[in-house]
Amino acid sequence: MRRQTPAVLAIAAALVLVAAMFAVVAVNRRSPAPEPPGGTPGASSNPSAPAAPERRITATLYYISEDGLSLVGAQRELPFGEGVLDQARHILDAQLGPAPAPLASAIPDGTRLRGLYVTEQGEAFVDLSGEARTNHAGGALDELFTVYAIVDALTVNLPAITRVQILVDGKEVDTLAGHVDLRHPLRKSLQWVAEAKEES
Amino acid sequence: MAALGAGLAAGAQAPAAGAPYSLLSREGRRPVSTRVAGGQEMFALDELARLFNLTVEEDALAGGLTVSTPSQTIVLTPGQPLASVGGRLISLPASPVREGGTWLVPVDFVARALAPSLGTPLELRKPSRLILLGDIRVPRVAAAIDPPGGRLARLRLDVAPATPHTVTRENARLLIRFEADALDATLPASSVPDLIAGVRPGEGAAVIVVELGPRFGTFRTSEQPGDRGGTRIVIDVLAETTDAPPETPGEPAPADPTPPPLLDLVPAGAVRTVVIDAGHGGEEPGARGPNGTAEKDVTLSVARRLKASLEARLGVRVILTRDADQTVELDERAAVANNNKADLFISLHANSSVRPAASGAEVFYLSLAEYGDQADRVARGDSEALPVFGGGTRDIEVILWEMAQARYIEESATLAEAVEAALRGRVPMSPRALQQAPFRVLVGANMPAVLVELGFISNPEQERQLTSEAFQTALVQALVESVVRFRDARSARPTGGTTARPGGPGAPR
Repeated sequence: MRRQTPAVLAIAAALVLVAAMFAVVAVNRRSPAPEPPGGTPGASSNPSAPAAPERRITATLYYISEDGLSLVGAQRELPFGEGVLDQARHILDAQLGPAPAPLASAIPDGTRLRGLYVTEQGEAFVDLSGEARTNHAGGALDELFTVYAIVDALTVNLPAITRVQILVDGKEVDTLAGHVDLRHPLRKSLQWVAEAKEES
Repeated sequence: MAALGAGLAAGAQAPAAGAPYSLLSREGRRPVSTRVAGGQEMFALDELARLFNLTVEEDALAGGLTVSTPSQTIVLTPGQPLASVGGRLISLPASPVREGGTWLVPVDFVARALAPSLGTPLELRKPSRLILLGDIRVPRVAAAIDPPGGRLARLRLDVAPATPHTVTRENARLLIRFEADALDATLPASSVPDLIAGVRPGEGAAVIVVELGPRFGTFRTSEQPGDRGGTRIVIDVLAETTDAPPETPGEPAPADPTPPPLLDLVPAGAVRTVVIDAGHGGEEPGARGPNGTAEKDVTLSVARRLKASLEARLGVRVILTRDADQTVELDERAAVANNNKADLFISLHANSSVRPAASGAEVFYLSLAEYGDQADRVARGDSEALPVFGGGTRDIEVILWEMAQARYIEESATLAEAVEAALRGRVPMSPRALQQAPFRVLVGANMPAVLVELGFISNPEQERQLTSEAFQTALVQALVESVVRFRDARSARPTGGTTARPGGPGAPR
């Protein structure tokens, strides 16, 4: 078990690199025009949208509650993705974007998705930019929220993804801010999510 | 030299705060009285001056106190928990206070300010209330009797540093003589009446006596290297075999009937060593409050106070993973606890939220769900049959050190509950005050371990509280109480095993 881990990780890291390159290619293809300044990829409208009515899905994303003591789920309309990887990217783009009022984002400012890879075993490797660490304000609870907003956004909406490992700048990291163990892929945990409010 | 014998401190029970310390030196043994002021144990400065040939001058104008050793000068300022030693600032757990006609300084003054400036070796051992002056050999000896197994009773003595010794039999006693000036010994209160009737200090400076019971037949000793330059002496006392079938006539010490445990199982209830982890530090400040307070400073301050309080009130050995503003890797923190065979690991943190209103303390222990099969295997204590030299196999517990905590989840839960209960009522609590999380610093700890979020530093009111002396004292009192509660809960169990459940029907006590 233990011996396999480095090999698996080496392969995963290599694949993440490849995935990151594809992601760059994909972004370039999709948006030939310069990106709107300050726009977030998830929130910005797809340039191809006006041509044909866009297929959309409804996904649950996770944000920090008003009292700051839990995550809460919020339903968001997202672009439809062809396949798990593409859909996962749409979900992460939105999850990394701004939170709907009055909720707050659990993701440190400026954090971008550098790459994404999903194995056949349903493990997703989410490669975040360095801001995920450098802009994290610290605090174990907010760190749990950052991690589980991402883990749960993928595992709750995409049953094909069972575990999620967060990487930073393409590398495996111990933690984002000194608390939550990120050396292993994490499973879904709704422990940090407050009961959904009554929908009237 | 003969006067040094009383360096032996039997039993794990710490003397009450306020009991005198003993100064051991070539001149013999002298008491050093202590007083408690503001919850801190203090020495009278003029008594220290007499014992160590210091000159104390009070500067009425500046309000300072100057303490001069032959080689250096220490400056104290009333109202400030600091000392300047040769121009270098050193923190003290309390400020010097005047009581009656004398100035009192905290006990730690001896270790932190006097020791570096005296020019002669000087060591303060708070758990055993000893001050060692000059070049004298006073090894620490921690003795324990393993739970009896059949016709064998085993006495273990952990000696640090390793010290030459002899074990001889004199009638119904074994004498363990150390080449030392005195012993700083913790001796077991328990016994195995028919084999080891008792363990007590002997006559002479550095002798321990083992009283043998009526079934004594023979004994054998062995020695293994221990941690940090120490050594472990194992003395097996075997019962007579007269009425037993002569299965092994002569018994040339066959393969050890009970091989030494691979994991050091602590006797039920014993809490001898506590490791306190001041979260973050150095280049890693942790969270910051709206007024700039760094989490790393709060955790270090509380850790130091907690250490002083645990040592003074429970007489346990306390080790900090850092005692300065320095960067310490997360692995290194658990390693400090593992290498010192700590019985408890308490990691201190301050929480932070994007919501300034978030408030209250939270207590965490490790959750295993995130780790999957690996953790399950460790928790079950799966063994593997490995081939051994000479043929055959032997079941070896294969411990994944990076998952060591998996074996202690139940006890960690007990500890976390004790901490939560003790904090409640003393400090504000979060609505979800007791939780499990996959925290990196806890995973590798090979003992019950918790992470305590003392409060939200991101909340302006809590930031103020976390830096206040009164609030920190309340936190420390709660944490000391929780260690006591945990110890009592654990000793109520039938054995010290990690899988033992409390209160099994007919459980032997």
